[in-house]
Amino acid sequence: MSTKTNISSQVSDSLIERTVNAPITVVQPSKGFFHLDLPAIWHYRELLYFLVWRGIKTRYKQTVLGIGWAIIQPLMMMVIFTIVFSMFAKLPSDGVPYPIFTYAALLPWTYFSEAIRRGSVSVVNDANLVQKIYFPRVMLPISGVLTPFVDIVPAFGILLGMMVWYGLTPSWSIFVLPAFFILAFLTALSVSLWLSALNVRYRDVQHIVPFLVQLWLYASPVVYPISLVPEGWRVLYGLNPMAGVIEGFRWVLLGTGGPDYAVMAVSASMVLVLLMGGLIYFTRMERIFADVI
Amino acid sequence: MGDLAIRVENLSKLYRIGLARSRRDTFADFGSKISKFIHRPTASKLTTRNSNSDIFWALKDVSFEVKRGQVIGIIGPNGAGKSTLLKILARITEPTTGRAEIHGRVGSLLEVGTGFHPELTGRENIYLNGAILGMKRVEIRRKFDEIVAFADIDRFLETPVKRYSSGMYVRLAFAVAAHLEPEVLIVDEVLSVGDGSFQRKCLSKMEDVGKQGRTVLFVSHSMPAITRLCDRAILLNEGGVTREGPSHFVVSSYLASVRGTTSVREWTDPEKAPGGEVACLRAVRVREQNGQIADTIDIRKPVSVEMEYDVIKPGYKLLAHLQFYNEEGVHAFSAHDLDPDWRRRPRPAGRYVSTVQIPGNFLSEGTMFVGAGLQTLDPVIVQVYMLDLVAFRVTEKMNTDSARGDYAGKMGGIVRPLLKWSTQFNPHSKLGNR
Repeated sequence: MSTKTNISSQVSDSLIERTVNAPITVVQPSKGFFHLDLPAIWHYRELLYFLVWRGIKTRYKQTVLGIGWAIIQPLMMMVIFTIVFSMFAKLPSDGVPYPIFTYAALLPWTYFSEAIRRGSVSVVNDANLVQKIYFPRVMLPISGVLTPFVDIVPAFGILLGMMVWYGLTPSWSIFVLPAFFILAFLTALSVSLWLSALNVRYRDVQHIVPFLVQLWLYASPVVYPISLVPEGWRVLYGLNPMAGVIEGFRWVLLGTGGPDYAVMAVSASMVLVLLMGGLIYFTRMERIFADVI
Repeated sequence: MGDLAIRVENLSKLYRIGLARSRRDTFADFGSKISKFIHRPTASKLTTRNSNSDIFWALKDVSFEVKRGQVIGIIGPNGAGKSTLLKILARITEPTTGRAEIHGRVGSLLEVGTGFHPELTGRENIYLNGAILGMKRVEIRRKFDEIVAFADIDRFLETPVKRYSSGMYVRLAFAVAAHLEPEVLIVDEVLSVGDGSFQRKCLSKMEDVGKQGRTVLFVSHSMPAITRLCDRAILLNEGGVTREGPSHFVVSSYLASVRGTTSVREWTDPEKAPGGEVACLRAVRVREQNGQIADTIDIRKPVSVEMEYDVIKPGYKLLAHLQFYNEEGVHAFSAHDLDPDWRRRPRPAGRYVSTVQIPGNFLSEGTMFVGAGLQTLDPVIVQVYMLDLVAFRVTEKMNTDSARGDYAGKMGGIVRPLLKWSTQFNPHSKLGNR
């Protein structure tokens, strides 16, 4: 048997010191109903940065239009909706011109639909990471939902341009806008936690999502104002968290509607419930991801 | 206690196999599970879940301890549970029962290039892969130049990785992984990628890691790599530990168990015999002086190794050769069959047995691993090339007339030839008087 001599006693001394002071990892079957490893998430925070960075960098690689896509999608939808729902169907728009009415909703909506699209397939798309490396898996849906924020910047620029065009000035309430972004983010995150965990086991999910997003679009006040919903139904309508988000955006930017505190309260509570449930379901399913993926 | 790096206690892992896993679950299955759940009190035929054929213990009650600074090899046949063990220790999957404790930061290398994104450049992938492996950004930045130098891809740093050749890809991937500096390193077979010179580079890097005092857990199918890098080894078979101890001991046990005896390898079924269109290998055997099969040879005595092979397609010149490696993984020598009877003759079809004689007092003490090869000449087409086919131990008894003479200490060297010395002596010469 060959003897191994340490190359440098200085190296091995610091190694010894590090081992003695180092964390002890215990590997054992998970007990308990639910465990969210916050210290681990903090420890791996740089990985989250890199996952988002990866998503952003690769988003528009080898495309001609690049970040232009971030503007084209909401703009095109606005044009089509204006033609179909305003000109043909003559839907009301709360006193503001229909194009900006719908665009103000499309801004958070395109973020949301893209975030869900990415978030729901986030774990499965990185199956090889899940099978080979340890890190808190919740990083994957979080990074999927964070990445589309980069598209908001140019789209928001267009919105500001439109506001100038129509002569609308935002009030002091614009400082509340970030709160609605956060609400949109949390909604997308909670739905993605559920969907990404389900998708690992039941691959139907990734096929259902586009369809789900389509339905959700019409269940949200994107093409019509919430005032069109009958009074009695409105609170029920608020169970759709995106209703609260979109109303909030319109209120802050265009001064229409609300704030309808009842709807927003229902939306916010719904998000909390979905988020808690999503975290629980995800962290429970996480234990078997590597085995089932 | 401060000495311990890894302690594994009764680790077990159960997998469900069979119908339950043979197709991806769909909502239809989910639905049927729900209805089973609802109907459970009354249904009596729902018991396939509990039948034995459905479950498979990948690991059963595995226990061992690794002290700080040791390099431990894990060997065993395919399906023994080696990768499962590593996955559990790397926290990728959970054990079903049992417990493991790891002292220190863990770095796991179960695959090189995990997380590489083809659209990103080499530089970007270094950062991405490093972060995925657990390095902090500052750390990556600090080691960046070293990594690039090790991988030798300086000119291609800004090119997307999808344009890299497979060799460059693997070099870069390993370069990042090699600069992980955890206290405990878990490595799974990643050295079986890349060409020969790259593998040597990786092997020596692994050696350095071991010498730095890190604890390493290393799974490999290469017996010479195991004996070279590891102090101790653990043999896993069918989910359990069957042997543990110094690596040579465990490796010989393994080779012996796989083949009955370490010194014979036969393929009785011609379908399974390794080979190409022209020739296939049927057996390799180690014999001692009297012709008997032996797995232990006296260092003073000659040993012969025979290759039995079939020539299927006649008319080709053939080269038969054997490769001899020592237990450190060092290639001691090759032996090419230059028998004048067959050397440049196109071979007729038939069964051949070619034997090489290795003289006594030539090999060094220890285990020799033998590989065999067959190739046609003009054109050169390799029919067979396999390493680690047979092994034999060269031993020495004390007080014998071997090359050691009267020296009792350790004699190194890849070979130990008994050579002729001569000395001249002049009794009348005085200093300064030549």
